[in-house]
Amino acid sequence: MRDNQSGIIRAVKADGELGRRIRDMGLVPGTAIRIQGRAPLYDPVALRVMGFTLTLRNNEADYIEVEVD
Amino acid sequence: MAETTLALAGNPNAGKTTLFNALTGARQHVGNYPGVTVEKKEGVHVHADRRFKIVDLPGTYSLTAYSLEEVVARDFLVNERPAAVIDIVDAANLERNLYLTLQFMELGVPVIVALNMIDVAHQRGIAIDTDQLSRLLNVPVVATIARRGEGKAELIEVAERIVGEGVTPQRLDISYGEDIDHALAEMETTITAAEHLTDVYPARWVALKYMENDEQILALGRKANAELSAALAATVAKVTDHIKATLDLYPEAVIADHRYGFIKSILQQGVLAVQHDRNRLYMSDRIDSVLTNRFAGPLIMLAVVWGLYQFTFTYSAMPVSWLESFFGWLGGLAEAYLPDGLIKSMVIAGIIDGVGGVLGFVPLIMFMFLGIAFLEDSGYMARVAFMLDRVFRIFGLHGSSVMAFIVSGGIAGGCAVPGVMATRTLKSPRERLATLLTVPFMNCGAKLPVFALLVAAFFASHEALVMFILTLVSWMGALLVAKLLRTTVVRGEATPFVMELPPYRLPTFKGLLIHTWERTWQYIRKAGTVILGISIVLWTLMTFPGAPDAVQQRFANERQALLAAAPQAALALENATDATALSPAATDLQTQLDGISAREAEAALRYSVAGRIGTALESLSRLAGLDWRTNIALLGGFAAKEVVVSTLGTAYSLGEVDVPASGSLAQKLAASPNWRPLTAISLMAFIMFYAPCFVSVVCIAREAGGWRWGVFSMVFNTVLAFTLAVIVFQAGTFLGF
Repeated sequence: MRDNQSGIIRAVKADGELGRRIRDMGLVPGTAIRIQGRAPLYDPVALRVMGFTLTLRNNEADYIEVEVD
Repeated sequence: MAETTLALAGNPNAGKTTLFNALTGARQHVGNYPGVTVEKKEGVHVHADRRFKIVDLPGTYSLTAYSLEEVVARDFLVNERPAAVIDIVDAANLERNLYLTLQFMELGVPVIVALNMIDVAHQRGIAIDTDQLSRLLNVPVVATIARRGEGKAELIEVAERIVGEGVTPQRLDISYGEDIDHALAEMETTITAAEHLTDVYPARWVALKYMENDEQILALGRKANAELSAALAATVAKVTDHIKATLDLYPEAVIADHRYGFIKSILQQGVLAVQHDRNRLYMSDRIDSVLTNRFAGPLIMLAVVWGLYQFTFTYSAMPVSWLESFFGWLGGLAEAYLPDGLIKSMVIAGIIDGVGGVLGFVPLIMFMFLGIAFLEDSGYMARVAFMLDRVFRIFGLHGSSVMAFIVSGGIAGGCAVPGVMATRTLKSPRERLATLLTVPFMNCGAKLPVFALLVAAFFASHEALVMFILTLVSWMGALLVAKLLRTTVVRGEATPFVMELPPYRLPTFKGLLIHTWERTWQYIRKAGTVILGISIVLWTLMTFPGAPDAVQQRFANERQALLAAAPQAALALENATDATALSPAATDLQTQLDGISAREAEAALRYSVAGRIGTALESLSRLAGLDWRTNIALLGGFAAKEVVVSTLGTAYSLGEVDVPASGSLAQKLAASPNWRPLTAISLMAFIMFYAPCFVSVVCIAREAGGWRWGVFSMVFNTVLAFTLAVIVFQAGTFLGF
């Protein structure tokens, strides 16, 4: 996804600790997210979700499937 | 007076600490939870005739067993059974914050929701019907603004009412979908019948944790009843297979989805009214578009880090020098009033210098923590981690590691003690340990005089360049060793980075002061006691058993002979009160007498335990080009790295060598046949990497949660440093340097 693009989470494929942390932060199917920006080295990525900002590494974000608006 | 325990819980950045400070004021106490390095804060709030003991639980997003903080919070709730949990919920962020609230209610603890930062929510066009929320959740809800202390009286009244009426909370049983609900009901019956773990936990909750694959509960369950545990696990496995086949999900994911679904349904029943798009940009985001900008971000970060560094080391210089003069004055007092001998030497060199050394760090730690607390509470620290994570991850570290490295001397002249303590901001255990163990490689302020001495002696024409290279080498060394540690002793996958970027906030003055004072006091109390002991041990090593009588007699004879040869000068010297008024003959005599004292000190050092160790190690240290004098100096450097200079001075019989005035020592080294530039390089490599000073070791042991890591850092670093020094020296010799 590109900066400022938004979409709806369709699935979170991660399990274990990563999966749990992602879900604890509210990234569950049906949630709307928007890409807010990226760190100067393009990784990690900052997401806007439910009114707050969340960062995660690109390889962690790969587990989240999003339907782009 | 009746005493009641209340627990404060909530998400990080929801204002929990601010509310805690508002409720308890200065009446708080910081310790650790038994056996772990998670901080436990307790305070007291007196209301009417009731004393509320308030325990600040670590900030968490959830109650799983993945992080230490979560386990600690959960254990506290089930074991200590507080009368109520005040759950601080960020009103502007209701949905995610209620996820934790729901888990408290699943556990069946009495919950009071403090809807905090309600003002921020209003500004953002978020309207919350607290009564409706309270009705739907079936728990009391109080709107608060912790920064201004608003709502705290009401909170306490609600707590008072709950405690007074003895209201038993209703456990919340939400539906997690048909498959899971069915299995849960079945497991609950089995668990209740067998009384499996039900002395501590509710039966349905135990079933739920089995379903969520919760490591802590699974382990407890196996211990309590292995057979039943296996049966329950079989039920879970069946459901897991089914859900995996039909939905391609794990049960824990389905459970999380249903929790969020439950929250959404509550919020939609007239609780939450949002005027704007929730993901629109606010002030904080506009600040971020500059501060984390691809080009401006790193530059501003450099400036902030430089500012923190300047703030810490410049402003603390004055109180540090006051402390130094105070301990100098104490030393002077002891010098003047104690009779000559071992007691005097121990009081001055062992106790006053040792304790002075410890307390000398205090202003540094206070200023560093004040700066870091500001960066943390304002929200900037999270941005630093965000921007630098890509670089530090390569070495198995975390973006937040950078602060610890810089404070330790990443910009030459820091100090590893506050650096080690700065790793507390890291929430990932493995990354934190690796950072903790590698920050002492940075060039701290105490290594600088030693480097300065060697550079002045051997590389006088390239001083700045050599110092710059030394800084680069220490960074490279630290990062590479971190990588090595992360692939060996602290092996393990990277902890997920998933992190909130909290909105920027202006920290409260009270919060900053409390934060700074807590950390400083912990340092004084815990480090102080151990360090006094170690400094006496080091003094003993450098003093005993002293030179044999025959050697001492020889120096006494020399002195006698000298005095007898020039009786007039000796008399003049004895009666002199002012050194400048001495005759040339008397000055000459004084110089010669000083020379004898210096050689006597050298002999005493050589015969001491430390001297014997140094001499015994010479055959080994020769491989790195170092002689016994250097060995003793390096042993002394364990007390504090700058001691290397003064001990070298004694070992080269120069008498007391003051750190700033080491010019004569530099000349002596440059002229010595034992030394050449290669020796200096080898020694600098050794000093950069060998065992941290003992103050740092004590801090490492404490922060890493055990002495084995303190011992590890001493042994591992010394072996590493020696290997590097030998390689440098042997390769250099081979190449003809």
